[in-house]
Amino acid sequence: MEKEITIALAGNPNSGKTTIFNNLTGARQKVGNWPGVTVEKKEGTTAYNGYTIRVVDLPGTYSLTAYSQEEIIARNYIIEEKPDLVVDVIDAANLERNLYLATQLIDLGVKLVFALNMVDMAQSRGQLIDHEQLSLLMGVPFVPTVGTKGQGTGELLQAIVRVAEDRESVFRHIHINYGKELEEEITTLQGLIRSAESSVDEHHARWIGIKLLENDEEVIKEIEKGPRKRAILDQLEQSKAHLQKILGDDPETLIADRRYGFIHGALKETLRHTRKNRRYRSDQVDMVLTNRLLGFPIFIFFIWAMFQLTFNVGRYPVTWIDAGVGLLAQSVGGLMGESLLRGLVVDGIISGVGGVAVFLPNIFILFFCIALFEDTGYMARAAFIMDKVMHTLGLHGKSFIPMIMGFGCNVPAIMATRVLESRRDRILTILINPLISCSGRLPIYVLIAGAVFGARAGNVIFSIYIIGIVMAILMGQIFKRTLFRGEIAPFVLELPPYRMPTLKGTLIHMWERGSMFIKKMGGIILIGSIVVWALSSFPQNVDYSRDYEGQRRRIQAEYAAEIQRGDKEQAAVLTEEMERKIAAVEILRKREFQEKSLLGRLGKVIAPALRPLGFDWKADVALLTGFVAKEIVVSTFGVLYQANEEGDESDTLRVAIQKAMTPLVGYAFMIFVLVYTPCLATVAAIRRETGTWGWAAFSVVYSLALAWILAFLIYQGGMLLGLG
Amino acid sequence: MAVRRLNELRTGDRAIIERVQGMGRFRHRLMEMGFVPGTEIVVEKHAPLKDPIEYVLKGYHVSLRHEEAEKVLVRKTEEESRED
Repeated sequence: MEKEITIALAGNPNSGKTTIFNNLTGARQKVGNWPGVTVEKKEGTTAYNGYTIRVVDLPGTYSLTAYSQEEIIARNYIIEEKPDLVVDVIDAANLERNLYLATQLIDLGVKLVFALNMVDMAQSRGQLIDHEQLSLLMGVPFVPTVGTKGQGTGELLQAIVRVAEDRESVFRHIHINYGKELEEEITTLQGLIRSAESSVDEHHARWIGIKLLENDEEVIKEIEKGPRKRAILDQLEQSKAHLQKILGDDPETLIADRRYGFIHGALKETLRHTRKNRRYRSDQVDMVLTNRLLGFPIFIFFIWAMFQLTFNVGRYPVTWIDAGVGLLAQSVGGLMGESLLRGLVVDGIISGVGGVAVFLPNIFILFFCIALFEDTGYMARAAFIMDKVMHTLGLHGKSFIPMIMGFGCNVPAIMATRVLESRRDRILTILINPLISCSGRLPIYVLIAGAVFGARAGNVIFSIYIIGIVMAILMGQIFKRTLFRGEIAPFVLELPPYRMPTLKGTLIHMWERGSMFIKKMGGIILIGSIVVWALSSFPQNVDYSRDYEGQRRRIQAEYAAEIQRGDKEQAAVLTEEMERKIAAVEILRKREFQEKSLLGRLGKVIAPALRPLGFDWKADVALLTGFVAKEIVVSTFGVLYQANEEGDESDTLRVAIQKAMTPLVGYAFMIFVLVYTPCLATVAAIRRETGTWGWAAFSVVYSLALAWILAFLIYQGGMLLGLG
Repeated sequence: MAVRRLNELRTGDRAIIERVQGMGRFRHRLMEMGFVPGTEIVVEKHAPLKDPIEYVLKGYHVSLRHEEAEKVLVRKTEEESRED
């Protein structure tokens, strides 16, 4: 039987943990989520020396306290799932702070290997590390690695197997000495914990004791559930008061201080600086990129370039996919013959899947750009530059990128909120993002503003974008003050050195996120498209008020005779004319079908609710179909409003809208389109990124309510002012 | 030398951390990021809009908002004028 070792990979953000994970596992990775949360979980396996080594990538954390979701996940995995050992990836060029997490892992009493990563960078900065001596001092083997060059992977695997088999001579459980006073209290608590629950081993009881003194909420909750909680918690209060009295500070601070003291002591003997000069090339690059004058223009250029790449370069593959989907629909439709099944396959499934597929190029390009920003270290600078502006809006500096992406498409924009570490910031940004008017809504504005505002259309559309931004700011402020009160996460942002990203790493990053989008969102959008298709195609047998079929045949017969009589040129002209007339009849038939379909009836049912906004039932039906994708509103309009039997299609639609809507109603309608319920793909993205249907439902409901209120104010206010 | 607040220092200033005020999550995060008493901290630069501020401590760069830096008490060691 093959032996298996499970290892958990821990490490600080920016420690190069991901490259070590990729080196260990190669392409054999599985990306998922940690149960119940949207923190990515990656797993992979590798074969080594007769072992199957399973590698679980923990979220990157600075520490193992209970202050963030990531830290709780990492800690609970180590404590509850009990991996055979933990590999902590340590940035050698940033040794002191990276060792803080290492001291916490030592306290946990688990088997450890330290990957001393980016030793080349440390060396070039003149930091010489005696890793053998350090291993002896800390009782854990340090393995030098250079993740980006794949160096040290073999040695790391060797060390993993040696420690797992208990053959590593360096490895021993050490106690970090917290000083006489603290140690006394830790020992007292440790004793109480062990007498309350004898199954807890010595190391773990010590760890619980330390965590209690650190005021760790999760551990305190555990104790409250267990036996003899009173005795333990009373002792804890006594200990804290005692320490405060004799040492003049709370134990939480004292422990952090002592940990750094321990690290300082260990490095004194093992780390040598050969250079006094601390100015590095990274700092010089930064002097330009975050320069007082140049910082903003450069940042805006990068965002502009990302936008161009995502939406303009992305347009070409989008067109191909669109054409491909069209072609597929056509050929499948041709094969199947007129039937209900064909409707389901072509209009429901293929157009539904196609609706997802057209997003793919944009999403992959966007994720590539974001991965590049993150891997180079520029993302942190973008947040640094933009934080002042975003903070006044109640957001984090990193929220800027999702917000600006929203102008293109809210789906990738919402997925881009992953760059935000705090869940509060993430949800806040997600909730207001749909108010940023995406490119899918533009065709609707163009159609309606063009029809009812004529030459002023440009200014009118601009005002709608501005209203969107203002509403986003306003709602951000409201949510900040109501839903997310008091949860403000500290900004404290590390600015890692600039690094040259590897193409492989960036591509892996992009692929992980992009493929997740396909898997998780495809299904929801597919189902939604089928539902809307069904609503608009049932009941099948409609009692038409007119004999469309007869009309069509009459036109055909009329022209058939004439076409036969005329010469070739005339015939071509006549055929075209005939086809146009038949198309006009077909539009009338479709219109009546839509009106009498379930969707049309639904439109009439909700009509009373929207009447105070000045909308007629046709507008209501168009809004209903817009739930699948906002651009569909335009094609629904095309079907419902087109009444004329002659003339250029878009022109008649324009005239029809002019007849049906006053400028006031048109403006109210556009504002409603701007704000109301995000499209299905966006709702799916919200569900996916917040991890609950609750937030998705909230987003749908609040935006619907807000849209109604705004449109109501505009329409009724306008009527009062006599603008109707 | 007098105790000052970290946000009062100017670019290029060096100081030794005395203590971190505030409480709970914020204070703990700062402590574990290395803001412990006795640590040397250098003001690297201000963001283009003056806030946040970038610092160097323990060999790495970190940025804090004004309101956060205000909670860090320091003792200034030297004034260093650098060309930025």
